[in-house]
Amino acid sequence: MVDAGTIFNLQGAMLTEKEVWEKLEVVKDPEIPTLSMVDMGIITKVEVNDDLSVAIEMTPTFVGCPAIKMMEQMVYNCLKEAGIEKVSVSTNLDVAWNSNKITERGLLCLKKHGLAPPPKHEGEITQELLEHVACPFCGSKNTETKSPFGPTLCRSLHYCHNCLQAFEQFKPVV
Amino acid sequence: MNTATIKELLYKVADDLLIIGHRHSEWTGLGPILEEDISFSSMAQDKIGQSQALFQLLYKLGEPEADTNAFTRNANQFCNAQFVELPNDEYDFSTVRHFLYDHADQLRFEMLAHSSYEPLAKLARKVKGELKYHVFHANTWMVKLSQGTEESRARMQSALNASWNYALGLFEESKFEKELIAAKVFEGEVALKSKWLSAIIPFIEKAGLKLPPEKEWNPVNGGRKNFHTEHLELLVKEMGEVFRVEPHSQW
Ligand SMILES: [Zn+2]
Repeated sequence: MVDAGTIFNLQGAMLTEKEVWEKLEVVKDPEIPTLSMVDMGIITKVEVNDDLSVAIEMTPTFVGCPAIKMMEQMVYNCLKEAGIEKVSVSTNLDVAWNSNKITERGLLCLKKHGLAPPPKHEGEITQELLEHVACPFCGSKNTETKSPFGPTLCRSLHYCHNCLQAFEQFKPVV
Repeated sequence: MNTATIKELLYKVADDLLIIGHRHSEWTGLGPILEEDISFSSMAQDKIGQSQALFQLLYKLGEPEADTNAFTRNANQFCNAQFVELPNDEYDFSTVRHFLYDHADQLRFEMLAHSSYEPLAKLARKVKGELKYHVFHANTWMVKLSQGTEESRARMQSALNASWNYALGLFEESKFEKELIAAKVFEGEVALKSKWLSAIIPFIEKAGLKLPPEKEWNPVNGGRKNFHTEHLELLVKEMGEVFRVEPHSQW
Protein backbone atom coordinates (compact mmCIF):
# COMPACT_ATOMS: atom_id res chain seq x y z
CA MET A 1 0.00 0.00 0.00
CA VAL A 2 1.41 3.40 -0.96
CA ASP A 3 0.09 6.70 0.33
CA ALA A 4 -1.41 9.38 -1.87
CA GLY A 5 1.76 11.46 -1.81
CA THR A 6 3.85 8.67 -3.32
CA ILE A 7 1.43 8.18 -6.16
CA PHE A 8 1.51 11.87 -6.89
CA ASN A 9 5.31 11.85 -7.02
CA LEU A 10 5.41 8.75 -9.18
CA GLN A 11 3.00 10.19 -11.66
CA GLY A 12 4.96 13.41 -11.70
CA ALA A 13 8.05 11.47 -12.78
CA MET A 14 6.50 9.31 -15.43
CA LEU A 15 4.59 9.86 -18.60
CA THR A 16 0.98 8.89 -18.74
CA GLU A 17 -0.23 6.63 -21.52
CA LYS A 18 -1.93 9.59 -23.13
CA GLU A 19 1.36 11.49 -23.16
CA VAL A 20 3.15 8.54 -24.76
CA TRP A 21 0.52 8.42 -27.51
CA GLU A 22 1.16 12.13 -28.09
CA LYS A 23 4.93 11.60 -28.27
CA LEU A 24 4.40 8.87 -30.85
CA GLU A 25 2.64 11.25 -33.20
CA VAL A 26 6.00 12.43 -34.50
CA VAL A 27 6.87 8.96 -35.78
CA LYS A 28 5.88 8.95 -39.43
CA ASP A 29 5.23 6.21 -41.91
CA PRO A 30 8.49 5.63 -43.83
CA GLU A 31 6.61 5.77 -47.14
CA ILE A 32 4.32 8.72 -46.46
CA PRO A 33 6.23 11.33 -44.49
CA THR A 34 3.12 13.29 -43.45
CA LEU A 35 1.28 10.30 -42.00
CA SER A 36 1.98 9.26 -38.42
CA MET A 37 2.05 5.62 -37.38
CA VAL A 38 -0.60 6.46 -34.80
CA ASP A 39 -2.98 7.80 -37.49
CA MET A 40 -2.13 4.83 -39.62
CA GLY A 41 -3.59 2.66 -36.86
CA ILE A 42 -0.62 0.33 -36.54
CA ILE A 43 0.19 1.14 -32.91
CA THR A 44 -2.19 -1.07 -31.02
CA LYS A 45 -1.15 -0.76 -27.40
CA VAL A 46 0.72 1.62 -25.13
CA GLU A 47 1.44 0.49 -21.61
CA VAL A 48 3.20 2.47 -18.93
CA ASN A 49 4.31 0.20 -16.11
CA ASP A 50 4.95 0.94 -12.45
CA ASP A 51 8.71 0.64 -12.97
CA LEU A 52 8.47 3.52 -15.49
CA SER A 53 9.06 1.20 -18.43
CA VAL A 54 6.95 1.66 -21.53
CA ALA A 55 5.75 -1.24 -23.67
CA ILE A 56 4.45 -0.62 -27.16
CA GLU A 57 2.66 -3.11 -29.34
CA MET A 58 2.36 -2.71 -33.08
CA THR A 59 0.76 -4.63 -35.90
CA PRO A 60 1.73 -4.77 -39.59
CA THR A 61 -0.51 -3.46 -42.39
CA PHE A 62 0.46 -6.57 -44.34
CA VAL A 63 2.00 -9.73 -42.89
CA GLY A 64 4.78 -9.48 -45.47
CA CYS A 65 5.41 -5.76 -44.88
CA PRO A 66 9.19 -5.37 -45.14
CA ALA A 67 9.22 -2.10 -43.17
CA ILE A 68 7.86 -3.35 -39.87
CA LYS A 69 11.26 -3.97 -38.23
CA MET A 70 12.37 -0.51 -39.23
CA MET A 71 9.15 1.00 -37.88
CA GLU A 72 9.64 -0.80 -34.55
CA GLN A 73 13.08 0.77 -34.39
CA MET A 74 11.69 4.23 -35.17
CA VAL A 75 9.16 3.94 -32.35
CA TYR A 76 11.87 2.74 -30.00
CA ASN A 77 14.20 5.60 -30.92
CA CYS A 78 11.45 8.19 -30.50
CA LEU A 79 10.68 7.11 -26.95
CA LYS A 80 14.32 6.79 -25.99
CA GLU A 81 14.89 10.33 -27.24
CA ALA A 82 11.93 11.43 -25.13
CA GLY A 83 13.96 10.29 -22.13
CA ILE A 84 12.19 7.05 -21.37
CA GLU A 85 14.77 4.62 -20.12
CA LYS A 86 13.09 1.28 -20.53
CA VAL A 87 11.28 0.85 -23.82
CA SER A 88 10.09 -2.33 -25.44
CA VAL A 89 8.42 -2.54 -28.84
CA SER A 90 6.89 -5.71 -30.22
CA THR A 91 4.73 -6.69 -33.16
CA ASN A 92 1.81 -9.11 -33.09
CA LEU A 93 -1.53 -9.82 -34.70
CA ASP A 94 -3.60 -9.65 -31.50
CA VAL A 95 -5.46 -6.67 -32.89
CA ALA A 96 -4.98 -7.14 -36.62
CA TRP A 97 -4.80 -4.05 -38.79
CA ASN A 98 -7.46 -3.28 -41.33
CA SER A 99 -7.87 -0.10 -43.35
CA ASN A 100 -10.81 1.14 -41.22
CA LYS A 101 -8.22 1.70 -38.48
CA ILE A 102 -6.75 4.71 -40.26
CA THR A 103 -7.95 7.83 -38.44
CA GLU A 104 -9.82 10.69 -40.12
CA ARG A 105 -6.66 12.75 -39.92
CA GLY A 106 -4.75 9.85 -41.49
CA LEU A 107 -7.19 9.65 -44.40
CA LEU A 108 -6.72 13.35 -44.99
CA CYS A 109 -2.91 12.94 -44.98
CA LEU A 110 -3.20 10.25 -47.63
CA LYS A 111 -5.31 12.48 -49.79
CA LYS A 112 -2.91 15.39 -49.43
CA HIS A 113 -0.14 13.02 -50.44
CA GLY A 114 -2.02 12.37 -53.69
CA LEU A 115 -3.24 8.92 -52.70
CA ALA A 116 -6.91 7.99 -52.84
CA PRO A 117 -7.83 7.01 -49.27
CA PRO A 118 -9.38 3.57 -48.71
CA PRO A 119 -13.19 3.63 -48.52
CA LYS A 120 -14.67 2.38 -45.24
CA HIS A 121 -15.66 -1.24 -45.58
CA GLU A 122 -18.09 -3.52 -43.76
CA GLY A 123 -15.66 -6.38 -43.29
CA GLU A 124 -15.89 -7.52 -46.89
CA ILE A 125 -13.95 -6.30 -49.92
CA THR A 126 -15.36 -6.96 -53.35
CA GLN A 127 -13.72 -6.42 -56.70
CA GLU A 128 -16.47 -3.85 -57.40
CA LEU A 129 -15.31 -1.76 -54.44
CA LEU A 130 -12.01 -1.33 -56.27
CA GLU A 131 -13.51 -0.05 -59.48
CA HIS A 132 -14.45 3.62 -59.79
CA VAL A 133 -12.34 4.83 -56.90
CA ALA A 134 -12.71 8.61 -56.54
CA CYS A 135 -9.75 10.37 -58.16
CA PRO A 136 -7.67 12.18 -55.49
CA PHE A 137 -6.95 15.02 -57.95
CA CYS A 138 -10.35 15.90 -59.43
CA GLY A 139 -12.80 13.82 -57.40
CA SER A 140 -14.26 12.11 -60.47
CA LYS A 141 -15.39 8.51 -60.18
CA ASN A 142 -14.91 7.96 -63.89
CA THR A 143 -11.82 5.90 -63.11
CA GLU A 144 -10.61 2.37 -63.65
CA THR A 145 -8.34 -0.02 -61.78
CA LYS A 146 -5.12 -0.71 -63.63
CA SER A 147 -3.76 -3.17 -61.13
CA PRO A 148 -4.58 -4.27 -57.58
CA PHE A 149 -0.82 -4.11 -56.91
CA GLY A 150 1.22 -0.93 -56.80
CA PRO A 151 4.72 0.11 -55.76
CA THR A 152 4.11 -1.10 -52.21
CA LEU A 153 1.83 -3.81 -50.82
CA CYS A 154 -0.57 -1.13 -49.52
CA ARG A 155 -1.29 0.50 -52.87
CA SER A 156 -3.22 -0.20 -56.06
CA LEU A 157 -2.92 1.51 -59.47
CA HIS A 158 -5.75 3.46 -61.11
CA TYR A 159 -6.44 5.79 -64.00
CA CYS A 160 -8.78 8.76 -64.09
CA HIS A 161 -10.64 9.23 -67.39
CA ASN A 162 -11.75 12.70 -66.34
CA CYS A 163 -8.41 14.39 -65.66
CA LEU A 164 -6.41 11.78 -67.59
CA GLN A 165 -4.00 11.07 -64.78
CA ALA A 166 -2.76 7.87 -63.26
CA PHE A 167 -3.13 7.70 -59.49
CA GLU A 168 -2.65 5.29 -56.62
CA GLN A 169 -5.06 4.21 -53.94
CA PHE A 170 -4.22 3.16 -50.43
CA LYS A 171 -6.03 -0.17 -50.63
CA PRO A 172 -8.98 -1.08 -48.49
CA VAL A 173 -8.04 -4.22 -46.52
CA VAL A 174 -10.27 -6.21 -44.17
CA MET B 1 -4.71 -32.63 -30.30
CA ASN B 2 -1.02 -33.53 -30.57
CA THR B 3 1.42 -31.06 -32.05
CA ALA B 4 2.54 -33.39 -34.87
CA THR B 5 -0.91 -32.97 -36.39
CA ILE B 6 -0.79 -29.18 -36.22
CA LYS B 7 2.78 -29.10 -37.47
CA GLU B 8 1.94 -31.13 -40.54
CA LEU B 9 -0.85 -28.70 -41.40
CA LEU B 10 1.36 -25.65 -40.86
CA TYR B 11 4.17 -27.10 -42.94
CA LYS B 12 2.08 -27.81 -45.98
CA VAL B 13 0.50 -24.36 -46.02
CA ALA B 14 3.83 -22.65 -45.36
CA ASP B 15 5.69 -24.64 -48.00
CA ASP B 16 3.05 -23.96 -50.65
CA LEU B 17 3.36 -20.22 -49.96
CA LEU B 18 7.13 -20.21 -49.86
CA ILE B 19 7.54 -22.14 -53.11
CA ILE B 20 4.88 -20.33 -55.13
CA GLY B 21 6.22 -17.06 -53.71
CA HIS B 22 9.62 -17.86 -55.17
CA ARG B 23 8.13 -18.88 -58.48
CA HIS B 24 6.24 -15.57 -58.59
CA SER B 25 9.40 -13.65 -57.80
CA GLU B 26 11.03 -15.17 -60.89
CA TRP B 27 8.75 -12.96 -62.99
CA THR B 28 10.44 -9.86 -61.57
CA GLY B 29 11.96 -8.03 -64.52
CA LEU B 30 10.43 -10.46 -67.01
CA GLY B 31 6.70 -9.71 -66.83
CA PRO B 32 4.98 -8.90 -70.15
CA ILE B 33 4.16 -5.37 -68.97
CA LEU B 34 5.45 -3.31 -66.05
CA GLU B 35 2.22 -3.55 -64.02
CA GLU B 36 2.43 -7.32 -64.21
CA ASP B 37 6.01 -7.30 -63.11
CA ILE B 38 4.95 -5.31 -60.08
CA SER B 39 1.98 -7.58 -59.41
CA PHE B 40 3.98 -10.78 -59.37
CA SER B 41 6.68 -9.17 -57.23
CA SER B 42 4.07 -7.90 -54.75
CA MET B 43 2.35 -11.25 -54.55
CA ALA B 44 5.73 -12.91 -54.04
CA GLN B 45 6.46 -10.54 -51.18
CA ASP B 46 3.07 -11.24 -49.59
CA LYS B 47 3.41 -14.98 -49.92
CA ILE B 48 6.96 -15.25 -48.67
CA GLY B 49 6.03 -13.00 -45.73
CA GLN B 50 2.99 -15.13 -44.95
CA SER B 51 5.10 -18.29 -45.11
CA GLN B 52 7.53 -16.68 -42.66
CA ALA B 53 4.68 -16.03 -40.24
CA LEU B 54 3.74 -19.71 -40.43
CA PHE B 55 7.36 -20.75 -39.88
CA GLN B 56 7.28 -18.54 -36.79
CA LEU B 57 4.31 -20.52 -35.50
CA LEU B 58 6.27 -23.71 -36.18
CA TYR B 59 9.23 -22.29 -34.32
CA LYS B 60 7.01 -21.76 -31.28
CA LEU B 61 6.11 -25.43 -31.52
CA GLY B 62 9.77 -26.42 -31.28
CA GLU B 63 10.73 -26.50 -34.95
CA PRO B 64 13.89 -24.73 -36.22
CA GLU B 65 14.11 -20.96 -36.44
CA ALA B 66 12.04 -19.55 -39.33
CA ASP B 67 14.78 -18.70 -41.85
CA THR B 68 16.71 -21.88 -41.16
CA ASN B 69 13.55 -23.89 -41.65
CA ALA B 70 12.68 -22.15 -44.89
CA PHE B 71 16.11 -22.14 -46.46
CA THR B 72 18.15 -25.08 -45.23
CA ARG B 73 15.87 -28.07 -45.69
CA ASN B 74 16.35 -30.44 -48.61
CA ALA B 75 13.74 -30.82 -51.32
CA ASN B 76 12.64 -34.18 -49.91
CA GLN B 77 11.69 -32.49 -46.64
CA PHE B 78 9.17 -30.14 -48.24
CA CYS B 79 5.42 -30.81 -48.19
CA ASN B 80 4.20 -28.37 -50.81
CA ALA B 81 1.96 -29.70 -53.55
CA GLN B 82 3.88 -30.47 -56.74
CA PHE B 83 1.73 -27.92 -58.57
CA VAL B 84 3.50 -24.94 -57.00
CA GLU B 85 7.02 -26.17 -57.73
CA LEU B 86 6.56 -26.53 -61.49
CA PRO B 87 8.58 -23.95 -63.44
CA ASN B 88 6.78 -20.78 -64.50
CA ASP B 89 6.91 -21.71 -68.16
CA GLU B 90 5.01 -19.11 -70.19
CA TYR B 91 2.66 -16.43 -68.89
CA ASP B 92 -0.38 -18.56 -69.72
CA PHE B 93 0.62 -21.36 -67.37
CA SER B 94 1.73 -18.94 -64.65
CA THR B 95 -1.61 -17.15 -64.80
CA VAL B 96 -3.67 -20.32 -64.76
CA ARG B 97 -1.67 -21.71 -61.85
CA HIS B 98 -1.95 -18.40 -59.99
CA PHE B 99 -5.74 -18.51 -60.51
CA LEU B 100 -6.20 -22.14 -59.44
CA TYR B 101 -3.80 -21.94 -56.52
CA ASP B 102 -4.90 -18.59 -55.13
CA HIS B 103 -8.57 -19.47 -55.03
CA ALA B 104 -7.65 -22.60 -53.06
CA ASP B 105 -5.33 -20.70 -50.77
CA GLN B 106 -7.74 -17.88 -50.06
CA LEU B 107 -10.52 -20.35 -49.22
CA ARG B 108 -8.11 -22.37 -47.08
CA PHE B 109 -7.28 -19.28 -45.02
CA GLU B 110 -10.96 -18.38 -44.75
CA MET B 111 -11.51 -21.81 -43.23
CA LEU B 112 -8.45 -21.52 -40.99
CA ALA B 113 -9.73 -18.17 -39.71
CA HIS B 114 -12.23 -20.30 -37.75
CA SER B 115 -9.63 -22.81 -36.58
CA SER B 116 -9.74 -23.94 -32.96
CA TYR B 117 -5.96 -23.54 -32.99
CA GLU B 118 -5.99 -19.87 -32.07
CA PRO B 119 -2.47 -18.80 -33.17
CA LEU B 120 -3.27 -20.05 -36.66
CA ALA B 121 -6.77 -18.56 -36.65
CA LYS B 122 -5.35 -15.17 -35.70
CA LEU B 123 -2.88 -15.23 -38.58
CA ALA B 124 -5.47 -16.56 -41.00
CA ARG B 125 -7.93 -13.76 -40.21
CA LYS B 126 -5.29 -11.30 -41.41
CA VAL B 127 -3.97 -13.30 -44.37
CA LYS B 128 -7.38 -14.06 -45.87
CA GLY B 129 -7.95 -10.34 -46.45
CA GLU B 130 -4.56 -9.92 -48.13
CA LEU B 131 -5.12 -12.88 -50.42
CA LYS B 132 -8.32 -11.32 -51.72
CA TYR B 133 -6.18 -9.09 -53.90
CA HIS B 134 -4.32 -12.06 -55.31
CA VAL B 135 -7.63 -13.62 -56.26
CA PHE B 136 -8.90 -10.38 -57.85
CA HIS B 137 -5.74 -10.15 -59.89
CA ALA B 138 -6.01 -13.78 -60.98
CA ASN B 139 -9.68 -13.46 -61.95
CA THR B 140 -9.01 -10.39 -64.07
CA TRP B 141 -6.16 -11.93 -66.03
CA MET B 142 -7.75 -15.34 -66.36
CA VAL B 143 -10.69 -13.74 -68.14
CA LYS B 144 -8.67 -11.08 -69.99
CA LEU B 145 -6.15 -13.50 -71.49
CA SER B 146 -8.79 -16.08 -72.37
CA GLN B 147 -10.89 -13.50 -74.18
CA GLY B 148 -8.01 -12.09 -76.22
CA THR B 149 -7.42 -13.68 -79.57
CA GLU B 150 -8.31 -17.20 -80.65
CA GLU B 151 -4.67 -18.11 -80.10
CA SER B 152 -4.60 -16.74 -76.56
CA ARG B 153 -7.81 -18.60 -75.71
CA ALA B 154 -6.33 -21.82 -77.05
CA ARG B 155 -3.18 -21.31 -75.05
CA MET B 156 -5.12 -20.66 -71.86
CA GLN B 157 -7.19 -23.78 -72.47
CA SER B 158 -4.13 -25.92 -72.92
CA ALA B 159 -2.53 -24.39 -69.81
CA LEU B 160 -5.70 -25.23 -67.88
CA ASN B 161 -5.63 -28.81 -69.18
CA ALA B 162 -1.97 -29.17 -68.23
CA SER B 163 -2.55 -27.68 -64.77
CA TRP B 164 -5.70 -29.45 -63.78
CA ASN B 165 -4.50 -32.72 -62.28
CA TYR B 166 -1.65 -30.94 -60.54
CA ALA B 167 -4.14 -28.45 -59.08
CA LEU B 168 -6.21 -31.33 -57.71
CA GLY B 169 -3.06 -32.41 -55.87
CA LEU B 170 -3.42 -29.30 -53.68
CA PHE B 171 -6.16 -31.22 -51.87
CA GLU B 172 -4.17 -34.35 -51.07
CA GLU B 173 -5.42 -35.52 -47.71
CA SER B 174 -3.32 -35.75 -44.60
CA LYS B 175 -3.08 -38.92 -42.57
CA PHE B 176 -4.41 -36.76 -39.74
CA GLU B 177 -7.43 -35.55 -41.69
CA LYS B 178 -10.02 -37.04 -39.33
CA GLU B 179 -8.34 -35.66 -36.22
CA LEU B 180 -8.03 -32.19 -37.70
CA ILE B 181 -11.69 -32.14 -38.61
CA ALA B 182 -12.86 -33.59 -35.30
CA ALA B 183 -10.81 -31.06 -33.33
CA LYS B 184 -12.10 -28.25 -35.57
CA VAL B 185 -8.58 -27.22 -36.49
CA PHE B 186 -9.31 -27.46 -40.21
CA GLU B 187 -12.48 -28.41 -42.06
CA GLY B 188 -10.51 -30.74 -44.31
CA GLU B 189 -9.38 -31.06 -47.91
CA VAL B 190 -12.64 -32.55 -49.21
CA ALA B 191 -14.65 -29.57 -47.99
CA LEU B 192 -12.02 -27.19 -49.30
CA LYS B 193 -11.98 -28.78 -52.73
CA SER B 194 -15.73 -28.52 -53.05
CA LYS B 195 -15.73 -24.83 -52.11
CA TRP B 196 -12.89 -24.29 -54.55
CA LEU B 197 -14.77 -25.87 -57.43
CA SER B 198 -17.78 -23.65 -56.75
CA ALA B 199 -15.54 -20.59 -56.68
CA ILE B 200 -13.53 -21.21 -59.84
CA ILE B 201 -16.14 -22.64 -62.20
CA PRO B 202 -18.00 -19.33 -62.78
CA PHE B 203 -14.73 -17.64 -63.80
CA ILE B 204 -13.70 -20.51 -66.03
CA GLU B 205 -17.06 -20.24 -67.76
CA LYS B 206 -16.81 -16.48 -67.99
CA ALA B 207 -13.38 -16.93 -69.56
CA GLY B 208 -14.92 -19.26 -72.14
CA LEU B 209 -12.73 -22.18 -71.07
CA LYS B 210 -13.71 -25.76 -70.27
CA LEU B 211 -12.64 -27.98 -67.42
CA PRO B 212 -11.26 -31.36 -68.47
CA PRO B 213 -14.00 -34.03 -68.35
CA GLU B 214 -14.45 -35.41 -64.85
CA LYS B 215 -13.49 -38.96 -65.83
CA GLU B 216 -10.01 -37.64 -66.62
CA TRP B 217 -9.52 -36.05 -63.20
CA ASN B 218 -6.57 -37.74 -61.63
CA PRO B 219 -4.89 -35.75 -58.84
CA VAL B 220 -1.10 -35.58 -58.88
CA ASN B 221 -0.55 -36.40 -55.23
CA GLY B 222 2.65 -37.05 -53.33
CA GLY B 223 3.84 -33.53 -52.60
CA ARG B 224 2.36 -33.54 -49.09
CA LYS B 225 4.31 -36.76 -48.43
CA ASN B 226 7.61 -35.29 -49.61
CA PHE B 227 7.55 -36.68 -53.15
CA HIS B 228 8.56 -34.04 -55.64
CA THR B 229 9.59 -33.38 -59.22
CA GLU B 230 13.22 -32.63 -60.04
CA HIS B 231 12.24 -28.96 -60.34
CA LEU B 232 11.93 -28.50 -56.59
CA GLU B 233 15.49 -29.58 -55.92
CA LEU B 234 16.86 -26.86 -58.18
CA LEU B 235 14.56 -24.22 -56.73
CA VAL B 236 15.37 -25.14 -53.12
CA LYS B 237 19.07 -25.06 -53.92
CA GLU B 238 18.73 -21.58 -55.38
CA MET B 239 16.72 -20.29 -52.42
CA GLY B 240 19.27 -21.77 -50.04
CA GLU B 241 22.23 -20.25 -51.85
CA VAL B 242 20.96 -16.74 -51.27
CA PHE B 243 20.38 -17.59 -47.61
CA ARG B 244 23.81 -19.18 -47.14
CA VAL B 245 25.59 -16.24 -48.73
CA GLU B 246 23.58 -13.69 -46.79
CA PRO B 247 21.83 -15.35 -43.86
CA HIS B 248 20.51 -12.06 -42.56
CA SER B 249 19.18 -10.58 -45.77
CA GLN B 250 15.58 -9.43 -45.60
CA TRP B 251 12.99 -11.49 -47.39
ZN1 LIG C 1 -9.09 12.86 -61.93
